[in-house]
Amino acid sequence: MINASTSSCGVLPGLNGLLSRYAESMLWLARYMERIENLARLMEVTEAFVRGPDGQTGWDSIIQINSDEVAFYALHTKATEADVLAFYITEQANPNSIKAMAHAVRENARSVRPLISTEMWAHLNMFTRWMLDLQFADIRLDSLSNICNRLKQECQTHYGITEGTLYRDQAWLFYMLGKQLERSDQITRLIDIRYHTLLPHGEKAGSDLDSSQWASVLRSAAAYHAFRRLQPVTTTPENVVGFLLKNEGFPRSLATSLSTFDALLAMLAAHKSLRRQCIPVQERAAELRVTLQEQTAQDMIVRGLHEYMQWIQTQIHHIQNDIAAAFWPPAAPLAPPPLSQTQTQTQTQG
Amino acid sequence: MTHTTTTAPLHMPGLFAPYQIPDFFCELLNRKEPAPPALQDILHRIDGYSLEELRHRAASAEAQLYKAGITFTVYSDSKAIDRILPFDILPRVITAKEWAHIEAGVQQRVAALNLFLYDIYHDRAILRDGIVPAELVLSNPNYCQAMVGLKVPGGVYVHINGTDLIRDQSGRFLVLEDNARTPSGVSYVIENRHMMLRLMPDLASALPLRSVDEYGLKLHQSLCEVSPHGVTDPQVVLLSPGIFNSAYFEHVFLAREMGIPLVEGKDLLVENHRVYMRTVMGLRPVHAIYRRLNDDFLDPQVFNPTSMLGVPGLVEAYRRGNVTIANALGTGVADDKAIYAYMPRIIRYYLNQDPILGSVQTHICAEPEGLAYTLANMDKLVIKPVGESGGYGLIIGPQATKAELEAFRTLLVANPSNYISQPVINLSVSPTLCPDGIEARHVDLRPFAVTGRSTWVLPGGLSRVALRKGSLVVNSSQGGGSKDTWVLAS
Repeated sequence: MINASTSSCGVLPGLNGLLSRYAESMLWLARYMERIENLARLMEVTEAFVRGPDGQTGWDSIIQINSDEVAFYALHTKATEADVLAFYITEQANPNSIKAMAHAVRENARSVRPLISTEMWAHLNMFTRWMLDLQFADIRLDSLSNICNRLKQECQTHYGITEGTLYRDQAWLFYMLGKQLERSDQITRLIDIRYHTLLPHGEKAGSDLDSSQWASVLRSAAAYHAFRRLQPVTTTPENVVGFLLKNEGFPRSLATSLSTFDALLAMLAAHKSLRRQCIPVQERAAELRVTLQEQTAQDMIVRGLHEYMQWIQTQIHHIQNDIAAAFWPPAAPLAPPPLSQTQTQTQTQG
Repeated sequence: MTHTTTTAPLHMPGLFAPYQIPDFFCELLNRKEPAPPALQDILHRIDGYSLEELRHRAASAEAQLYKAGITFTVYSDSKAIDRILPFDILPRVITAKEWAHIEAGVQQRVAALNLFLYDIYHDRAILRDGIVPAELVLSNPNYCQAMVGLKVPGGVYVHINGTDLIRDQSGRFLVLEDNARTPSGVSYVIENRHMMLRLMPDLASALPLRSVDEYGLKLHQSLCEVSPHGVTDPQVVLLSPGIFNSAYFEHVFLAREMGIPLVEGKDLLVENHRVYMRTVMGLRPVHAIYRRLNDDFLDPQVFNPTSMLGVPGLVEAYRRGNVTIANALGTGVADDKAIYAYMPRIIRYYLNQDPILGSVQTHICAEPEGLAYTLANMDKLVIKPVGESGGYGLIIGPQATKAELEAFRTLLVANPSNYISQPVINLSVSPTLCPDGIEARHVDLRPFAVTGRSTWVLPGGLSRVALRKGSLVVNSSQGGGSKDTWVLAS
């Protein structure tokens, strides 16, 4: 969607001076939709492919990916399939559950309803209602993959409607920025946790590991077949990590998300009254890209993949905060305090 | 209740064969005068459908309304339930001649309301001259001290007005009440038309229907016309209580139709008595606010100090002429049910004209004669609390049990000035798709008038229909639905 011609065309048409609240809601709408899709994929792949050393399905890895250990074990004693699914699909108290995210999507969509296309709204209206009505009984084992498939498809329908109908002004830019941020965040979480689940004791890369486990990492990111085309013979940790982080053709790789993010920011900064506000965000994003370009996957693994992934997540968190500070600064003390800070409370995962 | 003999209803085979119109004026089948050709045409087209077809289309309408989120929200047990306003697929039709009458009547009424409001916030001539009791106005809870002596642009207080009209047994249009605060429902007028054209294109095709699509444009234009002096390209916003308000859909609809931002109080800020909105590019000036927030919530510095919905300092900015607020503050005193009784006199006083639209005879229980009459005739009257809306708290004498009447008598005697009474009007009916086929149901009509430099009336209006058999209460909170309103151009 972003290409050189759109990013060089200067100021976007249409609304100048988007309401800060709209910008915030557009960004979070996109983030939550991405997060829902990622969670659906993760659950589906976990059920089908992920096995721990004892051959049991690795449901606990989902908890780790989302940094939800504390919240989960406050409610449950063991990461059984039923408990993990309940926690991630129907648990209202978990801000990362499908139900809680559906609620967040719905409220953000309602807030920006004057801006988004009626087609977008009509779809989100029905989709979020369906998610909010999901019952635990719906997630019997045999239908988990059906539910996950529907979740993914509805998210993808949403992206398609958005691509085809959302007017491309500042509101669209904030939506797209949120999408790239969430993708960047999700891919680093996935790599971080899966990598260490598969190499629990810092075993050297290249150990004799079940290659189907690496395939599951790729499947969680919808990257399996693309990877196969590129690496038809060898599936090594370096290859997988390198593909998911550095490949410029794969739509969910960190490199793709970050370069798209940069191009979007450039469009925002093309407006003269926004240039200054974009600078801190641009600087941080540039730093991220440089570290990614300068290292090979093997460098990252040797130097400590976990630390690098954690650092990237921290940077993404800072970028989110920089954006908030620049575009929706808190109201001055004299004004009434904002009614709802739910997003800033639920936005972070760790 | 009078029972005049009416001309015999049309006898038609097919769909309308079992249709029974008691004594009422029927918008389609019993107009007591030869129906214009377009109307007969519509009638015959409807008659060409089968009941199954109509039901199928009605079900489709409901599904579409739900999907599109054309809903209002009801909160119960902390759960939000989205409801659609039931939509009847048979249109309510208004002839060109009737519309010309309504339009002129509404314009006259809006003119009188604005002159009245100006007067009571300035010279109070009408009170001095004893036309309207001073106490009724000055002690009215909706009389707004902040408005006293304030000159509003163009002398317009009521920029958006909804006039509730009913028709009596002879087909005469009567004003039932004015809605001069923040009248709602116009989004349904336009959405109903869109729905109708999608759903029943064969019914509407080639008929001379007046379009309802101009509303957003006219409203925006009017608000620009009354923006503060010297502003060339005014920024208009719609101020909504937010996504949890039951009428949020309408706020979204109107903001979209006008192409303006929908803001909440927290999006606005007053600095140096000027209003700004918070945008990604910093603070941007705001010149006119179409508010869908009651007076009480607009500014915690002036009204309810605990309210978080409004904007501190807004009223002072308004008083200094830096921002236009539509409707103006303090208009609630003019659409009060007690003031209503004086409207014919108010119209004559300011305009020196007879009212074009009739009123329903009204007994003011605050006055001893009004109370005495009401108490003596409870079983024949509708008795309404003056401060309520939505059809709450009223009693329809002829339909009430003895016990209900006695209970109401106690309320009335305890606080007579809270009530007015009116004779029961047998509202006109319009054919409506019901579980047992097409039946007569009572309807009213709320045309919307927009006033800037002049007053424009949207050709149409919200036709509400009491879906329960025999019910005279059309409010959505009391089992009412709506119909598309077709104004014929010729």
